[in-house]
Amino acid sequence: MNLVTQPNDDSHSDCIAAVHVSRSFGKRTVLDDISLTVRKGEIFGLLGPSGSGKTTLVRLITGLDIPNGGTITLLGEKMPKLDILSRIGYMAQSDALYGELTAQENLEFFSALYGLRGTKLKSRIKEVAELVKLSDDLKKPVQLYSGGMKRRLSLAVALMHGPEVLVLDEPTVGIDPVLRKSIWDELDNLRRAGVTMLVTTHVMDEAEKCDRLAMIRDGKVIALGSPEQLKADSQASSMEDAFIAFRGGVA
Amino acid sequence: MRIQALAFRIVRQFIKDKRTLALMLLAPLLVLTLMKFVFDGQAVDPRIGAVKLPSPVIESLQKNGAVVIPYEDERTAMDRMAEAELDAVLSLKGLQPHITLEGSNPSKIRSVMEVAQKALQQLTGISGIQPALSYLHGSGDRDIFDYYGSVLVGFFSFFFVFLIAGVSFLRERTTGTLQRLLATPLRRWEIVAGYLLGFGLFTLLQATLIAWYSTSVLGIALEGSFLLVLFMNLLLALAALTLGTLLSAYAQNEFQMFQFIPLIVVPQIFFCGLIDLQSMPDWLQAVGKALPLYYGADALRGIMLRGDGWREIWIDSGALLGFAVLFASLNVLALRKHRRI
Repeated sequence: MNLVTQPNDDSHSDCIAAVHVSRSFGKRTVLDDISLTVRKGEIFGLLGPSGSGKTTLVRLITGLDIPNGGTITLLGEKMPKLDILSRIGYMAQSDALYGELTAQENLEFFSALYGLRGTKLKSRIKEVAELVKLSDDLKKPVQLYSGGMKRRLSLAVALMHGPEVLVLDEPTVGIDPVLRKSIWDELDNLRRAGVTMLVTTHVMDEAEKCDRLAMIRDGKVIALGSPEQLKADSQASSMEDAFIAFRGGVA
Repeated sequence: MRIQALAFRIVRQFIKDKRTLALMLLAPLLVLTLMKFVFDGQAVDPRIGAVKLPSPVIESLQKNGAVVIPYEDERTAMDRMAEAELDAVLSLKGLQPHITLEGSNPSKIRSVMEVAQKALQQLTGISGIQPALSYLHGSGDRDIFDYYGSVLVGFFSFFFVFLIAGVSFLRERTTGTLQRLLATPLRRWEIVAGYLLGFGLFTLLQATLIAWYSTSVLGIALEGSFLLVLFMNLLLALAALTLGTLLSAYAQNEFQMFQFIPLIVVPQIFFCGLIDLQSMPDWLQAVGKALPLYYGADALRGIMLRGDGWREIWIDSGALLGFAVLFASLNVLALRKHRRI
């Protein structure tokens, strides 16, 4: 009877939804009619070469930018909306940290923006530092950190306020394989804890670790599905081959 | 070969950075032009109020280059001078000429004395007549440094706060931390307010230090209240802070931030009273009144040299506060470029 307002089961578990989203800067179209949904509790990958529009999409989802066409819905609210920002954790592609401050001071600063303080803040810092294995280096100024340590600290910043959704822009870029694995193990743990994650990457073997992923090329979604499904559809044995089969690899 | 390649690369970079190129070529022209206007009008005729003086005396004063305004009683003339409309009041006490000097500007004292002495010499035929002197402000012991110093106190507050605030806000943007801040529920105006508060503490410290150092250590005259000097310095720093952070939105790097110095900061020096404003054409005076430093310097000069109180400086304070609010609001708007809400 009430067909219009009846929510279907899919939209109910949708955490992030992009519907016909496009974004252009001047004459240059960066995103062209992108539609995708990220379900609650999954790790969703955005796979594509640099310049394919991943970061632009992430900026739209986090409300930093507004699409020229289409809508973005995050946790049931149309973006951009300021209140929603306190429920997501964002890790930018470049480490946005204050080099002259210590790691602890950085964590304290960013957590304060979400209203964390006092003993709760202290215990949370301890917890998160443990998680990203920086407990022994909290008192060091960040400018003395290595690239990998900065990356982990950025992840810690995003985790501090216990967000329901994590948006991670190239979380493992510039990190050695051992550390990369430990970060992905961590993301797995978070998924088990019920956190939804959107992860951008241009590394094929990372894409395999996602529950579902969208392949992006020149601002368009060229394929969408679980890694197994994508490989089966393209009759490829690896993600790399699958990407090329979907015309991702050829300009 | 390598040198050539290097030079070529630099030329190419320069051509791509049109702004820096324009600054390098045009800014010196702008500054030179301003200086020409400013120094051209440097010789200002002193304005002398003549209290019941015989017409030959008035004519003689005029012949020697003074602007003479006759008055019937001394009170009115003195009031005009207190409002800085006159540089001196000349009257006769019996046969003895008596000059009361406004006294806050050393170069004006000199030119009044020059004109008066020449006129008296021509009238009496005797050289070296010493008129009796008195001063409205100070006692003629003010040197050029008192006059300039009171202005420079404000200028340095302004200049350094402008640069430091501008560069640090810029770095927030170039290091990506601004983007990161905007991905939190922080509102745009909260970012601007946070900067105001954080830097405000340091500008308060700086204002105190400068005000104390200039009056106690350098011995610049201070007739009025030290607290008012501090207050004006703080307002000036606030205007500089908001202007610096606002303009940093239009710079890509520290280098481009520095390019605002000759464009925004140096011209303000010309209008803050180091050079007599009355010697400038009207339109140029109007330009001066659109700049924050004009008001800060005006008030500081008043407080330090003439002992002005709140009643005299409230307009200047209001203007500076207005500038700060305007710049801060524009900055909140400029941040829209980075996040629309």
